[in-house]
Amino acid sequence: MKQSFKLAGLAALMSVSALPAMSQKAAAQEKIKVGVIVSLSGAGAVLGQQARDGFNLAVKDLGGKMGGKDVEVIVVDDELKPDVAVTKVKGLLERDKVDFVVGPIFSNILGAIHKPVTENKTFLISPNAGPSSYAGKECNPYFYVTSYQNDQIHQILGNVAQKRGYKKIYLMTPNYQAGKDFVAGVKMDFKGEIVEESFIPLGTLDFQAELSKIASMKPDAVLTFMPGGMGVNLVKQYKQAGLLDRIPFLSTFTVDESTLPAQQDAAIGMFGGSNWAPTLDTPQNKKFVAEYEKAYNSVPATYAFQSYDAAMLINSAVVAVKGDLSDKTKVAAAMKKADFPSIRGGFKFSNNGYPVQDFFLTKVAKRADGKFQTEIVEKVFSNYSDRYAKDCAAQ
Amino acid sequence: MTLTLALVQILNGLQFGLILFLIAAGLTLVFGVMDFINLAHGVQYMVGAYLVAAFTTMTGSFVAGLALALPAALLFGLLLEVLIFRHLYDRDHLDQVLATFGVIIFLNQAVKYVWGAAPLNVAIPDALSGAIEITDGMLYPVWRLVIIAAGLAVGLALYLVVNKTKLGMLVRAGASNAAMVSALGVNIRLLFTIVFGVGAMLAGFAGAMVAPILSVEPGMGDNVLILAFVVIVIGGIGSIRGAFIAALLIGLVDTLGRFFAPTLLKLLLDPSAASQTGRAIAPMLIYILMAAVLFFRPSGLFPSKQ
Repeated sequence: MKQSFKLAGLAALMSVSALPAMSQKAAAQEKIKVGVIVSLSGAGAVLGQQARDGFNLAVKDLGGKMGGKDVEVIVVDDELKPDVAVTKVKGLLERDKVDFVVGPIFSNILGAIHKPVTENKTFLISPNAGPSSYAGKECNPYFYVTSYQNDQIHQILGNVAQKRGYKKIYLMTPNYQAGKDFVAGVKMDFKGEIVEESFIPLGTLDFQAELSKIASMKPDAVLTFMPGGMGVNLVKQYKQAGLLDRIPFLSTFTVDESTLPAQQDAAIGMFGGSNWAPTLDTPQNKKFVAEYEKAYNSVPATYAFQSYDAAMLINSAVVAVKGDLSDKTKVAAAMKKADFPSIRGGFKFSNNGYPVQDFFLTKVAKRADGKFQTEIVEKVFSNYSDRYAKDCAAQ
Repeated sequence: MTLTLALVQILNGLQFGLILFLIAAGLTLVFGVMDFINLAHGVQYMVGAYLVAAFTTMTGSFVAGLALALPAALLFGLLLEVLIFRHLYDRDHLDQVLATFGVIIFLNQAVKYVWGAAPLNVAIPDALSGAIEITDGMLYPVWRLVIIAAGLAVGLALYLVVNKTKLGMLVRAGASNAAMVSALGVNIRLLFTIVFGVGAMLAGFAGAMVAPILSVEPGMGDNVLILAFVVIVIGGIGSIRGAFIAALLIGLVDTLGRFFAPTLLKLLLDPSAASQTGRAIAPMLIYILMAAVLFFRPSGLFPSKQ
């Protein structure tokens, strides 16, 4: 008797819980659902906030609609932990039944969520992370990148160092996979002598011992990849050690608009590699930068603009299929066309879903209003595609 | 040239050691006198850095900011003591670890809520912002010399207070036998509160001094906490003198290890591998040092309990 009561209760529960799922499914056809998964806490919080804000700004610019349908944006925090990211992204796919997932910021998180999202035949658009792992053989029709392939940014520095005729350079990077990619990226174009490959333990905050060594070795330039808080410290200490006036500082992901509020004057004159800068001269970019600054009271960094482009990319695909997302092949074909006015101007996808675009050397400057930003010094690569695309079977 | 570089690296080690000393001094007293494990000590270092950042922005001057931040750090330490820590003194160590770990999580989130997740910038006073040229091409930042001077001055002041005043005598007595001091009619609770407040202020001072060099961000105290515990274990719990010597030892071993290990390994390995392994080995040296000290002197170099 008791047993059957339990069973009846269970059946009742199941029918109740099945109801909202059904009604959600019906609702999903009336509006476009986008899940945004970025790091909003921990060391990468600022980058995630920029990506989230850039995406929301784009949706606002679109009047909250894509292809005539209302857009619902669901933002979740991956906490910069791969296991948390998997749980959260499964929530987006199974509970919220999103049509698109935008994220993440970091490559290791992408490694965790790429499979669950693409296997669910849901489109994944990365507004930042662009590892080589999904650019070659493992390319996927459900995966698009609006940023760059990671190696390309590092390659800019090696290329510039070679062109400027530096004879000996000093490399400095955290001791983990991305740091090794940095060294490999620099070596692609730089043929001179590398006097030191300095792999710093992750989390190092005081670089004085390293800086003393640089001062005594007197290289022609220091090339570094030092993201986040490590970069903030390195930049300040580099300037304090009096090295900035003597040895050029070329970096990737070390001086940008997300770190400049903390680095301020110490970063002025430092070089970076990028696919964009707030000063990039396109009408879309001028409008974007002005709107972003007005809405969030800070200068946008690449994370914000790439995320804005991700929203515009989704919109272009939804419009092309007239809001009917049922035929995934059609949607994929529309996505690949990248038929939208990118903030960076010229932009299209290579066969692997990674961008073909221009790359620049940038330099930090102080604006008239006292805020800091990167500015374009010169174009380094034009319409540049990554070197893994040839291994991708898709055409 | 190499000799100058070695000397500069010794200076770097000294400066790092003195910062560790400022943090460890409070920790060793709190642990030694009250037998209280305060994991939240590192958070007080972070709070000091945030306070100086906030007050410097408000007043426009680092000196004024520091002058306001120190009493504020003291008050904050006392507040924590009265609200939370006081109720934990009689509990066992595991309860203290759990509760103070909770304080770390709470305060890390709290500063993020108040000041945001982005690192803050604190400007060095203009007069002290440059670098002096030691030899041709070798520059040394003036602010780091200021830190060395401030660390030595605090060390001397603490030495005088602990060894030459009545209060210091009580602190030393408390560190070796708290129950006996209490039985002799000393208000041990008040003594605890004073020690705690001063310890918090010293950690806050360390945070304030490094704020212009390091980024002020949530969680910045978590890493130094571990090193501070290593310092007090090597130095002997409850001993200011031990903390001073152990802090300098660790500062020097860590900095010189990072400098010499890659250079020495180059004799054995190819340059790239030597650079990589050398820098990976160096951070281990302080823990090897700790293990060695504990093997030969299980209660540290200068134990205060007999």
